[in-house]
Amino acid sequence: MMSGDNGNLLSVRDLRTYFETEDGTVKAVDGISFDLKRGETLGIVGESGSGKSVTNLSVIRLIPSPPGRIVSGEVLFHGQDILSLPAEEVRRIRGKRISMIFQDPMTSLNPFMRISRQLMEITQLHLGHTREQAYEHAVRMLETVGIPEARARVDSYPHEFSGGMRQRVMIAMALSCEPELLIADEPTTALDVTIQAQILELIRKLKEETGTSVILITHDLGVVAGMTDDIIVMYAGKIFEQAPTRELFAAPGNPYTKALLKSVPDPVHEEGTDLYQIPGLPPDVAHLPPGCPFAPRCYHAEEVCRREFPPFVQLNAEHFSLCHFAGEVYAESRAERDARGGATPSGANVEPSENLGAVDPSENPTQGGAGR
Amino acid sequence: MTTGGAQQADVAGMPQALMASDGREPLIAIRDLKVHFDLGGGSKLERLVGGSGVRRVVKAVDGVSIDIFPGETLGLVGESGCGKSTLGRALLRLTEPTGGHAFFRGRDLAGLSKRELRQHRRHLQMIFQDPYASLNPRMTVSQIIGEPVETFRLARGRQEREARVRELMQTVGLSPRFLKRYPHEFSGGQRQRIGIARALAADPDFVVADEPISALDVSIQAQIMNLMERLQRERNLTYLFISHDLRAIRHVSDRVAVMYLGKLVEVADAKVIYRDPLMPYTKALISAVPVPDPEIEAKRERIVLQGDVPSPINPPPGCRFHTRCPWAVEACREVVPPLAEIKPNHFAACIRISPEEPDIERVAPSDAPGLRNPGRVIEQ
Ligand SMILES: Nc1ncnc2c1ncn2[C@@H]1O[C@H](COP(=O)(O)OP(=O)(O)O)[C@@H](O)[C@H]1O
Ligand SMILES: Nc1ncnc2c1ncn2[C@@H]1O[C@H](COP(=O)(O)OP(=O)(O)O)[C@@H](O)[C@H]1O
Ligand code: SF4
Ligand SMILES: [Mg+2]
Ligand SMILES: [Mg+2]
Repeated sequence: MMSGDNGNLLSVRDLRTYFETEDGTVKAVDGISFDLKRGETLGIVGESGSGKSVTNLSVIRLIPSPPGRIVSGEVLFHGQDILSLPAEEVRRIRGKRISMIFQDPMTSLNPFMRISRQLMEITQLHLGHTREQAYEHAVRMLETVGIPEARARVDSYPHEFSGGMRQRVMIAMALSCEPELLIADEPTTALDVTIQAQILELIRKLKEETGTSVILITHDLGVVAGMTDDIIVMYAGKIFEQAPTRELFAAPGNPYTKALLKSVPDPVHEEGTDLYQIPGLPPDVAHLPPGCPFAPRCYHAEEVCRREFPPFVQLNAEHFSLCHFAGEVYAESRAERDARGGATPSGANVEPSENLGAVDPSENPTQGGAGR
Repeated sequence: MTTGGAQQADVAGMPQALMASDGREPLIAIRDLKVHFDLGGGSKLERLVGGSGVRRVVKAVDGVSIDIFPGETLGLVGESGCGKSTLGRALLRLTEPTGGHAFFRGRDLAGLSKRELRQHRRHLQMIFQDPYASLNPRMTVSQIIGEPVETFRLARGRQEREARVRELMQTVGLSPRFLKRYPHEFSGGQRQRIGIARALAADPDFVVADEPISALDVSIQAQIMNLMERLQRERNLTYLFISHDLRAIRHVSDRVAVMYLGKLVEVADAKVIYRDPLMPYTKALISAVPVPDPEIEAKRERIVLQGDVPSPINPPPGCRFHTRCPWAVEACREVVPPLAEIKPNHFAACIRISPEEPDIERVAPSDAPGLRNPGRVIEQ
């Protein structure tokens, strides 16, 4: 085990991953830094194309090249830079100490191979299991992820399982070697909500039992709210905001985060008014405007936003925001929170109910017009 | 064959109270509607070659009755494969029902001839999940939106038609500059706007919106929901809004109907159903929806259902939810629970609750041997 990692399992420093396309250079990930402590869960949220997947594919060096290229940065895993390791060594880490699950389980499962064999290959390779050991381990893993009658079904093919069950199999594969880091990229996006609840419950339980650190990528603010310790909000390849989960929801310090939070229906607090809508479209990363990439859609934008790239402002010990007006936005959010009566009204009433305080509709800065 | 009005449509055995009880005239009245897909099988030959010998029938929609009132949004929610799209399509006769009735302003759509149906289509339109798949890639936006205008002769001459198309584009927030562009030149959200403009072109009364926001980014979902709500106010539209996303459904709907394996299992006011779901499936569904608030998420009690939705091919007998229900007892396997008015204007299909004891939490959980009895998870 390496040392010198000051409690961080993973430290990403100034990561930049670009793609050369016909349309020009796509700066999919452009200068991203974050830390992940042992046993913690980090959420990465953002709209499609914001660079969430590319960030994590870069971490385990799975960027297709060409057209992709990790232009700069460090990915320190136990203090050791994955980006400068020999390919052979990265392969030994991947699937063993760091593993990934994806939205579509068929990206990890081979449709023509029995599930038992796919699970066995992993532990035979990484843990040096014999056939018998690997087989027993495969059955145990399927039991762990809640496949009923695991022993009877371990020899099935993927198509004999439902979507939710395939997702479980992929999780079983990812957890086979008790990885130190699990990267879950939209693991429940394609699933129905009752199955999503099962999978999230499973990840939560396994995390508790094994102490695995998790990076959870999703576009669903509800999912990150319940699952993570810290959150990164991405937009156009940049980190727009970074904070502990509760802090981020209670007092966002970035207009994009604020707008995003208000544009999802909140079944608990909402009072049947129009949703806040962010005007316009997510940006084309190959052709970003000068200044702040969010400026064309931002309710707070002023002249300077369209001219100069914003600073990454530290709002308190663990809270950062990329915005010319970060301090103002943060103060505004805190004032709103105080007006709502402290932190989110909680306490006795745990069941979702109507009277937990309302979102202030006068905050809505646009007039419900269409985006372009 | 026509019937005079929805009142006459009352089919014996249908829950009366689900129909217009307060004198309001429904725009759409659905009575015992069924759509069964026969997949064949079950022949002697099949048994000879080692088949199961059971005829396989997908009961996608299996006896649905409900009224939809003018100007309201009825939300239809349920997990994938439960029959939402099939119900929506059957209302418009894009899929032929195999039983029951759907009345539009008292007229039985099932009895209409092809020609009559075509005239009615004008009033009944559909918006799809994937606007790309539903728009002809070789037609310009102008042709796409102009087509219904022409089909239903809603404009005289080319100029009037184009003026109407421009107006529609403006209404849905598309610049008329894009008149001559093709669908692939637009983003997902913009394509959905084209789909909406096309549906509006015929000036309909009733629109079935089948997962209209599911394929869109979060920020674009809000734009489309707001647009649909504004259009409803301006044009007095009636929506059947289909989605698997309960948060969106709760936001846009006046009333919500929950569907499970071809049947409606709960119907109530959108806010009420979210705050006070009555039957076990709805309870589980709502408890599974993540709330964008860490304080609430940390303290929530969650009913985590075990297992998957069973196959709609030869679905479970009795209450179709009994295979996953934490409260199921022996009788649930035998009795098909009717959709009953448990609280005023709040209907639920579960034999273990009643107007006298509407709270399933106070009913003893499952004890029947052989029935799965999933635990519930209580987070600290
Ligand atoms: N193989 C690739 N070739 C070209 N561009 C790519 C490739 N992979 C990703 N990109 C681009 O990088 C950007 C970020 O993508 P991604 O990280 O997948 O977004 P997210 O996961 O947040 O939806 C997008 O603009 C995407 O088009
Ligand atoms: N044309 C068809 N032939 C056979 N089965 C069908 C057909 N259309 C739908 N089904 C089946 O009917 C059930 C309900 O489907 P659908 O209405 O699309 O559900 P939902 O929209 O709720 O996801 C599913 O099991 C589906 O496979
Ligand atoms: S009828 Fe029985 S199985 Fe169905 S929801 Fe009620 S308790 Fe559960
Ligand atoms: Mg992605
Ligand atoms: Mg559907």
